[in-house]
This record gives sequence, C-alpha cells and structure tokens, in this order.
Amino acid sequence: MADMATQSSAPPAGAPQATKRDFLALTATAFAAVGVGAIVWPFISSMNPARDVLAMASTEVDLAPIATGMAVTVMWRGKPVFVRNRTAEEIATARAVPISELRDPQTDQSRVQRDNWLVMVGVCTHLGCVPLGQRPTDVRGDYSGWFCPCHGSHYDGSGRIRKGPAPTNLAVPQYTFLTPTQIRIG
Amino acid sequence: MAIGLHKSEVKNPLLRWVDERLPVITMIQKEYGTFPTPRNFNYFWNFGALAMINLMIMIATGIFLAMHYQPNTVMAFESVERIMRDVNYGWLIRYVHMNGASMFFIVVYIHIFRGLYYGSYKAPRELLWMLGVVIFLLMMATAFMGYVLPWGQMSLWGAVVITNLFSAFPVVGDFIVTLLWGGFSVDNPTLNRFFALHYLMPFMIVGVVFLHVTALHITGSNNPLGVEPKGPQDTIPFHPYYTIKDTVGIVVYLMVFAALVFFSPNYLGHPDNYIPANPLSTPAHIVPEWYFLPYYAILRAVPDKLGGVILMFSSILVWFALPWLDSSKVRSMNFRPVARIFFLLWCVSFGVLMYCGGKPAEEPYVTVSRIATAYYFAYFLVILPLLGRFERPMPLPESISRAVLGAKALGGGPLPAGAAAKPMEKA
Repeated sequence: MADMATQSSAPPAGAPQATKRDFLALTATAFAAVGVGAIVWPFISSMNPARDVLAMASTEVDLAPIATGMAVTVMWRGKPVFVRNRTAEEIATARAVPISELRDPQTDQSRVQRDNWLVMVGVCTHLGCVPLGQRPTDVRGDYSGWFCPCHGSHYDGSGRIRKGPAPTNLAVPQYTFLTPTQIRIG
Repeated sequence: MAIGLHKSEVKNPLLRWVDERLPVITMIQKEYGTFPTPRNFNYFWNFGALAMINLMIMIATGIFLAMHYQPNTVMAFESVERIMRDVNYGWLIRYVHMNGASMFFIVVYIHIFRGLYYGSYKAPRELLWMLGVVIFLLMMATAFMGYVLPWGQMSLWGAVVITNLFSAFPVVGDFIVTLLWGGFSVDNPTLNRFFALHYLMPFMIVGVVFLHVTALHITGSNNPLGVEPKGPQDTIPFHPYYTIKDTVGIVVYLMVFAALVFFSPNYLGHPDNYIPANPLSTPAHIVPEWYFLPYYAILRAVPDKLGGVILMFSSILVWFALPWLDSSKVRSMNFRPVARIFFLLWCVSFGVLMYCGGKPAEEPYVTVSRIATAYYFAYFLVILPLLGRFERPMPLPESISRAVLGAKALGGGPLPAGAAAKPMEKA
C-alpha cells in the first residue's frame, strides 16, 4: 500500500517540483489538443476538392481531327488548354532559337513528347488572361506563336515567353499519349 | 491611467491592455470563474451548458454544409447526396448536423423538465423562463425549416401540412400562406427562403441565449432544494467545480451523440425522406420529426381545423404564463409530494402525446390523444393553480449548506449551533 505513493510518475508535492497535478494537467491538455485537432480536421478537409471535382480532373482529347497547322482549345480543370499540331517549319523555327535569348530557358524538345503536338495551358503567366493565337485570324505576336492582348506578352511557336511582362513560359501540363491519336491531360 | 479605462487585474501586459479597453477577460473571470454557484447542483443542471455546446456544433456543421448545399428544388436532394458521397467527411458533417438536431431537443427537453420540477420559473426567474420559451420557439422554427432543405418526401409534405395550417386563420389566413409559399404551393421560392431563414435563425438564438444567461447571472441559479443561497457558505465558485462537472457531462453527452452518429444515424429519421420530393404523391403517413410529435398529436386531437391550430400553439404559449399559474410558495417539487405525482403524470402525458403523434389519426390513438391533451392543459391551468392553495408542502431546510453539509458538521463551524434555526423560507 505504501508503494502507491511512489508509483506516481512525478515526485510528490513540493513548491519547485512537478506535482501529480501538473502531470495530469499536462496530459489532459495534450489530449484536449489532439481532440480539438480531430474535430477541426474534417471541417477543413471538407473544403478541399470533393471526389466529383477530382474525378473531373482529367480530360481526354482526340487528336485525329486536328490537322497539321491547326489548333484546338479544350477545357481542363476549368482552364483552357491549347493543343496545336505544329508544321515542320514551326518546329524547326522553334528549335533554332538560342536558349540564351530566353527569359525562361527551356528547349523546345523538353516541352513536347512528340515533336508536332504542343500541349500547353492557355493562361498567360503574367496575370492570367487567355492569349490569342489559336485561330488563323488571331494576332500571333512578333514570334508567330501566341500574343496576350492584356499587357502585350509575346510567346513563340513553343509557347516560350519572348517579349512582354510575363515571367515564365506557358505551362505544359502533365499529359499521356493513350494512343498516337489520343491524349489524357491530368 | 486615464479616466474611463477599466481597472483590470490581468497580469499579462498585452492582455491587460485589451482588458482595460474591453473587459472581456475580467467578465469571463467574473461570470464563469469566481461566479458563486449553489453547491448542491445535481446533473440536471448540466443541460444548459450542453445546450450551448450543441448550438455551437449545429452552427459549425451547418456553415460547412452550406458550402456544398444547393437550395434549389432541382438540385437540393442531389446536393445532399453529393455531400454524403463526394465531399471529404461530408457524411460525418451531415450526420452530426442531422442527429445534432435531435440531441438539441433531447437536451432542451430535459433542461425544461428540470425547470418544471424544481420551480426554476418562479420569482425572481420569470423573465429567464420566458426567454427560454422564446429560445425554444426559435429552435422549433429553425428545425422545421432545416428539415425541409433536403427536399425529400417528408421535407415537402411536412412543409405542405405546416404551412397550410396558417390558412385556418380567418380573413388573413390565405394571405399568410401565399406569403410563406412565395407562390401557389410549396415550391422553389419556399425552399429558397427557408434556407435563408434557417441560416439566420441560429444567430437569433445566440442573441436570445445571451439574454437568457445574462438574466440568469442577475438572479443566480436555482438549485435542487429551491432554497436561495444565503451567503458564501451556500455557494462554490463556478470554476473549477462546475467547469469540471460540465466537462464530465459533455463527455457523456458526446458518447450518446457519437453512438447515434456512428452506429444508427438514421434511427431517429424517417426513411421516406430518402425519396426525392414528389408533389403528385402524398406519403401514406405524414409525420414530423420525433421532437414535434406531441404538438402534432394535440393538433390532430381537435376535430376543428382552427381549434387544432390554436390549441397546438397554445400548448407552448401556456408555458409563458407558468410563473403566475403555479401559486405555490415552494419552488422545488422535492418538497411538494402531491405536485410531484401530478408532474410525473404530466411527463407521462407528454410521452403519450409523442407516441400518438407518430401514429395514424385513427382510433384508439385519437381518443388517447384527447385524454392526454386534456391532462396536459389541466396540469397548467387547473392543477398547479389549485395545488398552490391546497397542498401542504414538506418543511424546507433552513439553508443549502445546512442541508448539504448537515447540522452536525456545521455545529462547530462559523455558525453557532443554536443560532441557525430560522423560520421556513417563503419563496
């Protein structure tokens, strides 16, 4: 029976020493903190994208109808994606650009999986407008690529920033070739 | 220190600066720290705090549900199913909110029954009691509108029945109903405005709860003996004694809540509400949620439409008059053996009404409802007023401390043995 006093995990009461009360207070507070976390997490998590939103996170694109020299715009995760079937000249021009001239140095080869298919998120990296250049009638800017009318960013035939305020090249999303004529973006 | 700043006792300099200008810390310490509380509370006194916790849970879960819910007849039902299936932890938030409503009424009914038994509605707590009835009415309105939102069969048809009630009123009846509907039937405009009001009313409840607690802190709490505290020997500081006791109560409450949410979340609900609302098909038995069943039974007990509506509303409005109907000078039914029996019978009649309210409006339930309704009203309007005059209550203890600690324990204490004999207390 006398042993019970020594079984507490802190020495008995004394002004500067930790007491059993302190131990209890500490463990109770720790458990309360875990409890609060356990309660708060589901609320915060519920604000993350729900399963149906995540299911819409991939878009499949059929490339067969896109002729050489043509481009289409598809929606992916609420944003436009430019898919262009480039001509041989466009590819050659893009590859002839010295990397040192680029604000955001990237080779054309690193931006495509198959040379003629250019897939990019059509959102200007400056402040988010959709650049022109998908249609043959569009203004294509000084580098025969895309041109953002909002603040005058010029992108080249590989979607790289050449002139204007945009800091980086048009983003290339993650995509996979399911077949030679079908890609899945995201 | 300049004129006007509050004289704060807070030590931490930053908190002191705030407290001098807005004495919230001093207020919390006074109202929930040192506040002198009768030392003889039993666990029935936990339920006010539980109701407050429940209100916070409902507001939190409700706000997060509202981020995903669509208040349009075309999308409402599906948006709830989306919450259940696609939103992360949506099933949990929805089930907590749904069962939280039932828990809220369980907690509040026990809280009210405590008030009825221990005479907490008597002077000087009449206004406190009436504010409580206002809170209850707001809760009923909020719960009713909330149940409509999932737009199931019971949502729609419950709304149809209850809104149609108002047509019973002469002259203005149809105008009121059309105004409520926003159209010619319960339809999209109705659903939309019910959502807006359902979001609003809990915050009105918070306001009235604030008044309710303020009124309580003026008069001080009642206690199981119904004898007012006479001095510091009758009270203990709220913290740590009742903060810890409330914590125990909260844990038990959460266990009951969790059992419902995780093991039988649809037990208290009606399966028909998982059928999307169909205005062309009336369910065989329209019933409200369990907590409305007693009033539903009273409504259907009266053969006349307007009579039923009036009696149903009166069944709650009569609670406002209770402080003046009960003429007894003794608060707690611990000392009113006759009243206790009648009160027990009243609780039984409440339960009988709840049971009958869930049954079809046929015999024998109609007759039983009528008898239970008659007793329900007789208790308030006849029995309590008469009992006050004719009942002989038991002798009251002189004080709380004397009753709790015993005369012997106090014999050698601050009060000298003989001097504590005081005449029986009158309320």
